[in-house]
Parts: sequence; structure tokens; C-alpha cells
Amino acid sequence: MAALLMAPWLAVVVPLVLAIAIGLVGRYAKPIVPLVAMIGPLLVVALGIGALAAIPIGASAAAEPWTSQLASSGSTVWFGVGALTISVGWAIDTLAALMLLVVGVVALMVIIFSIGYMSEDPGKVRYFALLSAFTGAMTLLVIGDSFTTLFVGWELVGACSYLLIGFWYQKPSAMAAAVKAFLTTRVGDVGLLFGLAVLWASTGSLGYVAVMHGLGSMAPGAITAAAVLLAIGAIGKSAQFPLHIWLPDAMEGPTPVSALIHAATMVAAGVFLIARTWPLFEAAPAARTVLLIAGLISALGAALAAIPQRDIKKVLAYSTISQLGFMFAALGVGAWGFAFFHLITHAAFKALLFLTSGSVIHGSGTQDMREMGGLRKAMPVTFVVWVVGVLSLVGLWPLAGFFSKDAILDAVWIAVPIAGVLLFATAFVTGVYSGRATRLTFFGSWRGSGHAHESPLTMLVPLVLLAIPAALLGFSGNWIMTRLGEHPEPLSLSISGVAVGLGLVGLLVGWSLERGENADEILQVRLGRAWTAGSAGFGWDTVVTRVVVVPVTVAARVLWAVVDRYVIDGTVEGTATVARWAGGVVSRLQNGDAQWYGALIVAGVALMLAASIWLGR
Amino acid sequence: MSMILVACSLFGIGLLGVLVRRDIIALLASVEVMLGGALVLLVGLGASVKHVGSPVSVEGIALIVIVVAAAEAAVGLALLVAVARRRGATRVEDLSEVKG
Repeated sequence: MAALLMAPWLAVVVPLVLAIAIGLVGRYAKPIVPLVAMIGPLLVVALGIGALAAIPIGASAAAEPWTSQLASSGSTVWFGVGALTISVGWAIDTLAALMLLVVGVVALMVIIFSIGYMSEDPGKVRYFALLSAFTGAMTLLVIGDSFTTLFVGWELVGACSYLLIGFWYQKPSAMAAAVKAFLTTRVGDVGLLFGLAVLWASTGSLGYVAVMHGLGSMAPGAITAAAVLLAIGAIGKSAQFPLHIWLPDAMEGPTPVSALIHAATMVAAGVFLIARTWPLFEAAPAARTVLLIAGLISALGAALAAIPQRDIKKVLAYSTISQLGFMFAALGVGAWGFAFFHLITHAAFKALLFLTSGSVIHGSGTQDMREMGGLRKAMPVTFVVWVVGVLSLVGLWPLAGFFSKDAILDAVWIAVPIAGVLLFATAFVTGVYSGRATRLTFFGSWRGSGHAHESPLTMLVPLVLLAIPAALLGFSGNWIMTRLGEHPEPLSLSISGVAVGLGLVGLLVGWSLERGENADEILQVRLGRAWTAGSAGFGWDTVVTRVVVVPVTVAARVLWAVVDRYVIDGTVEGTATVARWAGGVVSRLQNGDAQWYGALIVAGVALMLAASIWLGR
Repeated sequence: MSMILVACSLFGIGLLGVLVRRDIIALLASVEVMLGGALVLLVGLGASVKHVGSPVSVEGIALIVIVVAAAEAAVGLALLVAVARRRGATRVEDLSEVKG
């Protein structure tokens, strides 16, 4: 591990190279492909552990924005143009090391799970290659010591996400979802890119340390602009309102991918970005307000939208948006440490829930919860780990979600009480959708066709392994906070009590929503448009379609019909017409008559003689 | 001077013949006339220029050129016979395949 700290870039390069290798020759060695894909995550885990072990506790950071002493750092010049040089490098502090552990462990579990889940899929070689590539890209994002490096990783994980959402590219809906995810996150990425441009223009560098050092001499307006633009990038990547629409659609991808990319790691990259560059946001209150508002709307709105969903993965997708909203709200009030803590616990229990839903889908053959039911008997292990995950999500003591969520509630409540109220409401709604989904899936009687069966061992082992951190990770809160250089705060008993109470009541309400047959239809009649709107994500998709997609499409059509056809095609085809016309004129000279050629030669010679006489005067 | 005039006239007459006569035999004959013009110029200028101690005799060169020209004319006529046998044509306008 110490050797790995000398060259942490191996944890980036090896998975990427292995991805290419799997893509090229994997089909000749199908059985060992998952094992090869595991090398990357194992390296990442080893790097994370090694870095954590190498960082002395309590030693203060040498410079902002590092959260501790660096376990390893280095950089090299990528390219230079004149006086301008762009360097890439790595720097691993506690924040990066913890993130590495999250990425590595979840990726490892997901790959093990996928051995069973994807065993029948004809494209599984491509699948494991992409998972390996994603691991490398995410590691690059995490260990980078500059915005440049982060941005490269940021775009690479986006590309992997696109390829994995559209993994079943024969399905038009999967391709559409992949394109939607790519384009929507691209909107945020443009914000991020502009933010980097502002930072570059103001500080002349994109290294974290140099930028944070240059903050003092930056104009307040520039700081705010940069921070808001970075926040937009984070909002796009982390699927926050108003750029959240891609995440529910991203469920078209294989379920383990949803667990890895769209629950635990890539969507958390926005939170990581802001935690990483926290001094910038410390200096930009306006950007923090943006984060808080986006987080609150996402948290409550997505939780409400999760209630009427029929697709078990859509419930979890909206739940992810909602939980990321918690993190953004925490960032908005300045509690970045709690946000990161929640990122870690959320990665554990949400990856667990997604993999469990994968197991449920594998066992029942459907994603529609109305066609499930009673699975606790057919799938006892899956049921137990699901309950662990759901209770952690709802935030019941002593599970992981309790500690991180209550820490956020505490911080937000003290900073902005009205925001705290909204988050308490979200905690309640979280209970409602969790209760409903649990009852629909695991209780009652079997409503599906065929026979539900428990998943194979390769799928159950990662579930059980993930259930351990999902249950117990909360107790590491103080340790994580201390190591991040933040102050751990004792949980307020009243806040926790209210939150747990609301969660329990929510669970009961959600449970009672689904009593008897046709409960959904009855609810639909009773609640009418509210239920329908909720199941459609409150129509935000439609709004975006009307306000953005349709005008852009119309504009593109107009540009195509006018500019493309007449100006661009006209130019190109005009060139051909002119060339053909000139060719026709000139080719008449070549009539095959030798004497005509001779005459031309004589005329040419005469002309040259005349010219030489004229010029040689 | 008159010699130059004669040479240029011969060359010009030959050139005109090459450009306007449509029969290939006449065309070849015109080429010979052009060559004759060049030779007259060579010999004439050679006679008017003093070249002390030069081992080269202009008349000798002219004779060599005449021999080569005779050989070339033989080749040309042989080609003409071959074309006439093959294509049955001895007129320029019938041989116009080389075109764009």
C-alpha cells in the first residue's frame, strides 16, 4: 500500500487500461472478465486505506483546501502553449481518501453482484469493461489536485454513465434516456466550465491550492460568479432541481449500474466538488443560497414524487434525488462535513437498496411493484437487507442514516429554521414512500406471474456485505469529522426524537396507503391529479420539454431548413457547380486534334517570347 | 542577313504547313521544311562566325543532323504506314482519340 502511495495514478491508469484490454480481448476469456474488472476497485480500496493510514490524525493541513496532511501528492506538466502550462497531478487528503473508499467498496460490491445479475446478458464483457473504466475515471476525479484533473474525470464519468444508461441500446427508451442524461448533465457541465474560466481569469491557475490562495485578491463578484457556476455544475451532476430530470430516466440502465453510478458515486460528485472547493463557497454566500434552495426543492419534491411511483427503481431514483437534496441543503448552510458524512452513509445504504432492488427484479422478473408482493417468503435474505437499507434511509437509530441525516437536520434547523421544517417534512415523506414500497414489494400476496426465487449467492454476498456499513457506519461519524478537521457535534436529542418520530409515522402512513387490493386505484381516485402529477414527477419533465426542448428543436429545424440547406449546402454544392462549369469550358480545349494542340503550343511559345522580351527590356 | 530571312521563311512556311495541312504525309513534309529552315540558320551563322582553332565543323554538324532527320523521317513514315494499314486513315482529323 505504501508503494501504491508513491504512484496513486496507477489506480487511475490500471482500471482504464484493463477496460480497454477487456474490451479488446475479453470475449475470449469470459469467465475471468469480472475478476479482471475487480482489480481496479481493489486498487482504489487499497489506495484509500493506505492513504488514511498514512495521514497522521490531528495534523493540520499545509494549505487550503486540503482537509488534512496529504498522504501523497505530485504533478506533471500535461501540455504547455507558450507561457501557459497545464499540469495534471494528484493530492490525496482525508476527503479524497474517504471518497476513494466509498468508490472502491461500492464498485467492488457492484461488480461481484453483477457476476450473478448479468450472467445471462450477451453484452456482459462490454459491461464489465465500462465498470472498470468508470472506476478509473471516478478515481481521477477524486484524487486530482486541480480543477483541470477534476474536469477530465468529471467528463469521463459522464461518458461512462451515458454508455451504461444506454447499455441495452436496442431499446429506444434506453437510448433516449442515455441522451437525456448526457445532455442534461452537459447543461451543468457548461456552468462548471464557465466557472473554471472565471477562476482561471481571476487567479491565473486552476490548481486547487493556487485558486484558494488567490481568493483573497479576487473581486467579490468574481468569487460569487465562479461559485454559482460551480454550483450549477454540481446541481447538474448530482441531479438536483431544476436539472434532476435525467436521473429517473437513467434507471433504464442495468440496476447494479444505478447502484454504482446513479446512487453512490457519480451523482455524489457534485457534493464532493463543493466539499473539495469549500473555501470558495465559504466566501460566496449567494452560491450557498443557491445550493440550499436547490437542495430543499429537490429533497421535498423528489420525496413526494417517490410516493406514487410503480417502478421500484424509480422510487429509489427519486429517493436518491431527495437524499442528495439533504446534502445540498447541508452544504447550503455551511455544514459540508455533515454533507460528506451523509454522502458516505447514503452511498452505503442506497447502493444496498439499489442492489436489493436488482435482486428483487432478478427474482420476480419485473420492476413494477404492483406485480410483486409477498416476496419476504420467497426471498428472505433480500428482504432482511432491504429492511436494513430502508430503515437506514428513513433514519432510525442505530442505523447509519440516522446519524448523518440528523446531523444535517440539526445544522439546517439551527441555521435556517424554515429550511429545517422542510427537511423534517422530507424525513416524514421519506418514511411514507419507504413504507409503501416495502409493503408493496415484500408483504401481501404474490401478484406477479411465474415463480419468484431467491437470488444466487454471488448476489446475496455483496448485499450482506453492504448491509453492514449501511447499518453501522453511523458510529464512525465523530471519527470522520475529526479526521476531516471539522468539529463533531453531539446530536440534539429533541431533533433526533422528532426526526425519528416523523420517520416512523411516515412509515406507518406509507404502510397503510397500500391496504388491500387496488389500493393504488383508490388512491388515484381520491387524490386525483395530485397522485397523477406526483407519479409524473410533478410535470417538470413536461415543463422542460415545452420551455427548452421544443424551442431548441424548432430552432434547430429552422436552422437546418435555412442555414444548413441554403447557406452551407449551397456553398458546398455551389463549389461543385462552378468546378464542373469551369471544367466544361476548359475541356473544350482538349479536342483531340493534334494540330490544334500544336497551334496552342506555338501560341504559348510566342506568348512566352513576347513576355520575356517585354519583361527583359 | 538575307540568309536569316531565308531560314525564318522556311521555318515559318513549315510551321504553317504543320498547323494547317490535314494530310499526315504533307504534315511530315512540312516538319522537314521546318528542319531545313533550322539547318540553313545553322550553316549560315556558322559560316559568318569566325571560330579560330575550333575542332568542330558546322557543316559536319549539319550533315549529322540531316542524317538523323532522314532516319527520323523514315521512322515517321513507317509509323504512318502502320497507322494507315491499321486504321485506313492518313488524315489528322481521323486520329483524334487523345482528348479530354
